[in-house]
Amino acid sequence: MNITENTEAQRLNFWERLYLPEIVRGLSITLRQLFKPKFTRQYPEERWEPLGSYRGRPVLVLDEDGERCVACGLCSRVCPALAIEVQAGETEREKERYPVKFEINMLRCIYCGFCEEVCPEEAIVMSKDYELVFEDRESAILDKEQLLVPIAQLQDRLEFLRRYK
Amino acid sequence: METLAAQLLIAAIKAFIVVNSVLLAAAGLVYVERRVAAWIQDRIGPNRVGPFGLLQPFADVIKLYFKEDLVPALADRTFHRLAPLISIAIALSLYAVIPLGDYILVAGERVYLSVAPHINVGLLYVLAMTSVGVYGIVLAGWSSNNKYSLLGGLRSSAQMISYELTLGLSVVGVVMVAGSLDLYEIVYRQQHVWNIVYQPLGFLLFLVASFAETNRAPFDLPEAEPELVGGYHTEYSGMKFGLFFLAEYSNIVVASLMMTVLFLGGWHVPFVPQLPQWLGLQEGSLGMALFQSAVTLSKTAVLLFLFIWVRWTVPRFRYDQLMRLGWRVLLPLALLNILATGLVLLVV
Repeated sequence: MNITENTEAQRLNFWERLYLPEIVRGLSITLRQLFKPKFTRQYPEERWEPLGSYRGRPVLVLDEDGERCVACGLCSRVCPALAIEVQAGETEREKERYPVKFEINMLRCIYCGFCEEVCPEEAIVMSKDYELVFEDRESAILDKEQLLVPIAQLQDRLEFLRRYK
Repeated sequence: METLAAQLLIAAIKAFIVVNSVLLAAAGLVYVERRVAAWIQDRIGPNRVGPFGLLQPFADVIKLYFKEDLVPALADRTFHRLAPLISIAIALSLYAVIPLGDYILVAGERVYLSVAPHINVGLLYVLAMTSVGVYGIVLAGWSSNNKYSLLGGLRSSAQMISYELTLGLSVVGVVMVAGSLDLYEIVYRQQHVWNIVYQPLGFLLFLVASFAETNRAPFDLPEAEPELVGGYHTEYSGMKFGLFFLAEYSNIVVASLMMTVLFLGGWHVPFVPQLPQWLGLQEGSLGMALFQSAVTLSKTAVLLFLFIWVRWTVPRFRYDQLMRLGWRVLLPLALLNILATGLVLLVV
């Protein structure tokens, strides 16, 4: 059925139906737009520094006494994407357990932060690292050496967790 | 100097300069288009290749050259190859009659600033050649053996034929005022008063019709992406696609140049026609020729910016709206314009 009453064209007044004044109005808008400040970030030169609330690459905390992780395996258990693999080992030190193997598959990780949330030792946290590029599947699986990050670099996130977790 | 060989040599030199400038202008126009589009949309646009991204069009062309040249399996190979050539050849041949300036005196001879000066049907030549340009697009659409390409080509031809009428009729007023089809004669007549003063409606009609004629937004239906994929050049890749692209931009430059010559006084400076004399430029000197070309080209540049500006402002027409505008609004207005011009000329 064709609509013939109260159509868009009928609602316009004479000057609007002439079309040209309206085009000029539109042109003036786009002309003003031309000189407005731009918001584009020139990425490789200008980098974005995320806040503490940002969930980037999950990392293992390395404090003065060494790694915090006690290889309880909760993170591995809670991980919805099954990205974390932990194998526990024992030592003679006071803190008996440590991870012999700790791997995160970054192709599986969904950055949900559950591992961080469930960790009783605050040993795994989400970092600010968002530039994650891998050349093949093997190198996307990060081992313990690649995951350990000195605690000094993670202050923002730890602060955030203490306040909001 | 009067020998055929000398004349051919001069024409060849002029053609060489014109063709190369057109290619450069098209490249520059692509850059400006992308930059202006970005600014209007609060972006920055290409700024990586060379200073301010000025080398971006050259990078694009290099990329196009290295691309695989695909031809659809069931395409008509001859016409598929021929279509972009027709488009670009027609687009370039249009520049032959358009005057950038008056003339240079070389060894006592007048060398005019267009490849084919003082053709007594110069304006008709331009209109005729733009009509031939449709063949390139129709053939491209048809030979690709793709229904979207075919529809794009058909739309384009229907649109161009419809708006060609308006285009032709809108310049009749100019021809009546100037009393000649020679583009030089038309510019000479505008030394004191531009044709846009006598023919404001004619200019407006010509402007709108040339938007449609060059397949530019808001009349870029032949390449309406949401409906027709890419339009007539869907099945083209590599430099064949590049040639269509080039032809399109070259046509925009032609349309702007034609508006400058027909309505905006060509190489005449507004308000102060004696300016070149004050600057001490001799009639027929190289300085004068450069000055006149600069005037023509700066007027053209303003119109080119208008083309780009409108494209990023106005949404695309629907096909029936396009046809209604062409046949029921612009065509009667063009006829009315001729009638009014005739009456005024009769009375005055």
